[in-house]
Amino acid sequence: MPTHILGARLIDPASGRDEVTDIYCQDGRVIAFGQAPAGFSAARTIDARGLTAAPGLVDLSVSLREPGYSRKGNIASETLAATAGGITSLCCPPQTKPVLDTAAVAELILDRARESGHAKVFPIGALTRNLAGEQLSELVALRDAGCVAFGNGLANFTSNRNLGRALEYAATFDLTVVIHSQDSDLAEGGLAHEGPAAAFLGLAGIPETAETIALARNLLLVEQAGVRAHFSQITTARGAQMIADAQARGLPVTADVAMYQLILTDEALHGFSSLYHVQPPLRSAADREGLRQAVKSGVISAISSHHQPHEADAKQAPFGETEPGISSAEILLPLAMTLVEDGLLDMPTLLSRLTTGPAAALRLQGGHLTVGGAADLVLFDPNSTTLVGEPWHSKGRNCPFVGHCLPGAVRYTLVDGRVAFSC
Amino acid sequence: MTPTDAKRPLQLNDNGQLRHFLSLDGLPRALLTEILDTADSFLEVGARAVKKVPLLRGKTVCNVFFENSTRTRTTFELAAKRLSADVITLNVSTSSTSKGETLTDTLRNLEAMAADMFVVRHADSGAAHFIAEHVCPDVAVINGGDGRHAHPTQGMLDMLTIRRHKGDFEKLSVAIVGDILHSRVARSNMLALKTLGCPDIRVIGPKTLLPVGLDQYGVTVYNDMNEGLRDVDVVIMLRLQRERMQGGLLPSEGEFYRLYGLTTQRMALAKTDAIVMHPGPINRGVEIESAVADGSQSVILSQVTYGIAIRMAVLSMAMSGQTAQRQLEQENAAEEQN
Amino acid sequence: MTLPNPNQLLPEMAAALHEHLKSRGISEPRFIGIRTGGVWVAQALLDQRDQNETLGILDVSFYRDDFSQNGLHPQVRPSELPFEIEGQHLVLVDDVLMSGRTIRAALNELFDYGRPASVSLVCLLDLNARELPIRPDVVGATLSLAPDQRVKLLGPAPLALEYQTLASAN
Repeated sequence: MPTHILGARLIDPASGRDEVTDIYCQDGRVIAFGQAPAGFSAARTIDARGLTAAPGLVDLSVSLREPGYSRKGNIASETLAATAGGITSLCCPPQTKPVLDTAAVAELILDRARESGHAKVFPIGALTRNLAGEQLSELVALRDAGCVAFGNGLANFTSNRNLGRALEYAATFDLTVVIHSQDSDLAEGGLAHEGPAAAFLGLAGIPETAETIALARNLLLVEQAGVRAHFSQITTARGAQMIADAQARGLPVTADVAMYQLILTDEALHGFSSLYHVQPPLRSAADREGLRQAVKSGVISAISSHHQPHEADAKQAPFGETEPGISSAEILLPLAMTLVEDGLLDMPTLLSRLTTGPAAALRLQGGHLTVGGAADLVLFDPNSTTLVGEPWHSKGRNCPFVGHCLPGAVRYTLVDGRVAFSC
Repeated sequence: MTPTDAKRPLQLNDNGQLRHFLSLDGLPRALLTEILDTADSFLEVGARAVKKVPLLRGKTVCNVFFENSTRTRTTFELAAKRLSADVITLNVSTSSTSKGETLTDTLRNLEAMAADMFVVRHADSGAAHFIAEHVCPDVAVINGGDGRHAHPTQGMLDMLTIRRHKGDFEKLSVAIVGDILHSRVARSNMLALKTLGCPDIRVIGPKTLLPVGLDQYGVTVYNDMNEGLRDVDVVIMLRLQRERMQGGLLPSEGEFYRLYGLTTQRMALAKTDAIVMHPGPINRGVEIESAVADGSQSVILSQVTYGIAIRMAVLSMAMSGQTAQRQLEQENAAEEQN
Repeated sequence: MTLPNPNQLLPEMAAALHEHLKSRGISEPRFIGIRTGGVWVAQALLDQRDQNETLGILDVSFYRDDFSQNGLHPQVRPSELPFEIEGQHLVLVDDVLMSGRTIRAALNELFDYGRPASVSLVCLLDLNARELPIRPDVVGATLSLAPDQRVKLLGPAPLALEYQTLASAN
């Protein structure tokens, strides 16, 4: 449907564009900025004066819970929730049931995503069979079935040799590996960051070294294998520093951080609310500051929601018996806008961490608005607010921000020129 | 800074009275003193021929123990019975939750059977908070020990012991020795001593048995037992569990005893009238020498008696606070209707 | 109406008590005051009798019948009874007798200590507002109050009575 978006402030980090202008879309693509092309007749006009237009957000970690965890969510509900957060492209991790280690599972996910017609889904395949860290999955078959990258989920490789070989194999075919760094030995049984808060609350701690030791090993093996690597879910300031050092040495690694890690710290655990039970855990205020600075400087070039919806029962138990995870894809943009409100980032930089940064890390299409490119965009009101909770689209209500008032409000999310979400 | 809840604390009703007893964190000094004073009165009851008072007659107290314990369970049962309450004890490890029933369902079923109060012991830190906040907010919850987090009745009975034998907290030096890392008793004791104004609280142990962030409790850390015991008025020995050797935290019981065992020789470093305490059960020859455990400075057996009195105090105060809260809410509802 | 002066009532009460005990053939009564006002009155009475008798103190907080409405009294202190109850003739002393519930609680508590031979009741004031069949054996003065009035004993020395108006409840 030919669409005319009128008078938005268009910010496109990829091109540096930041101006109030009109946008014209047709056949799922952006066809012009500023002036209507000859013969263009709008079937739909969106009055976007006062709104900001940006490329649709690219979220590298959104658990859709399908196949296998239908109580927690499904592709239809979670991709819809994502569009509410301004997301037009998302990557789902391989921790499904069965694990995303065969082409059939990838095809199933892509089919369901297409049928649902909300956000675009780019699956991350399992690097090893069943995420067990031993036998390789058929990476090329998975790539051909639509997987854009490969990871081991949150499971750690206990064998350095196996990890090294897996990275080399991926490097052979120029595949990108998504690596999460947590030493399972040091993290065993841990529920919270090993610090004064966990000590006070009597919760078993996960030390900083659980991340940094694994990260050090992972960086060295990545360097040795020459594989394209994206380090996901960094939680420590020291870890961010190690990424910065590696980048400075010339290693082309990228990294992302969960949006909530830039806001919350382990102090939130006082009172034992299971809504703050996440893996990897919320860390100290000093870590949060280090992460925020790394996002500002671009060492961490991508912010993801790390969306993990759960059914109510999963959080209704004493802390140690609850399942970790926060459901937050549908508030990704308003949550991220707190970084602008705090003065940490300006709007174009923030948008870059949510669009071009993640797209570049996994070499995804999208994250930019150009003539001829897909009409994946978000229109939001930077001066309005979002009251979190009503309405709520995700099947998982496990979000500690419910009831909070966040800056900014998504008004329209367009995917291939279709209005996938409006409010 | 020891954190406290910003909103109205879960444990207190709108008048600042106890309605749940979950942890000593955030409880004001006056309230802790009130618990001690009330317990003193119950000690007197325990010395009579008829050791009962009718305070909780007609009320039902459910001991819900998800973690095994003979000692704590029996003293809570005894305390409730001496208050004339009806007592049910549920050892959940052997009953419904092993059939897959959730904790929430188990407790709500008990509430439906008109339980007025739960005494809960659970292996997970925060379990008592969870129950008080989310499961049955109208039933008073007494924490009988949750994971490593808190054992508030033990903390209070230890304070009563110290007050009765050594007097004013503000003049005392108290040492807590052993596995602080895994100890809910130690955490409750440190909080209680700080709130009651003890100026010199010492924790003694090897680094592997001490948690990070101890300065938030306002304590001084000693790795050397001989240094730490010098001139103290009170020594609280903690139990060392076998698993600590397997977990790589300690080489052997022998080495622990050599370095941190409370022997007669080490006791001589403390004040001559210092007292020796232990939450029990004692590991003779591991953390404490028999001669000291049975010696004249030991008040370990008295702790048990004080424990009954403290538990009677806490049970009655919490029941009282819950009733008061219900009344306040009814009055507010009535006012709003007018 | 002006309140009587307790110090003027006490000699008469001591005399009446003396007669009461004589008529019952009680030679070694055990005195027990109910905390707090009853203890002051009992002590003053013992001073009048001047016979070096020990005073027991009874705290009835755990035996009150209003726990479900009002909860635990904030100032519980231990009872202190330095003598046996079993088989003894007790003289129970309280300052103001109103509904009679405090005395009921005191009796229940005393019986948990043992079985007394008898209990005689001495009250400084009887407000003629009983809700239970409890009557003092010796009383200083009888008064009637308006519905919102109460009387409080101040002490321990000098003993004095004063009116209090109830703050409007509900």
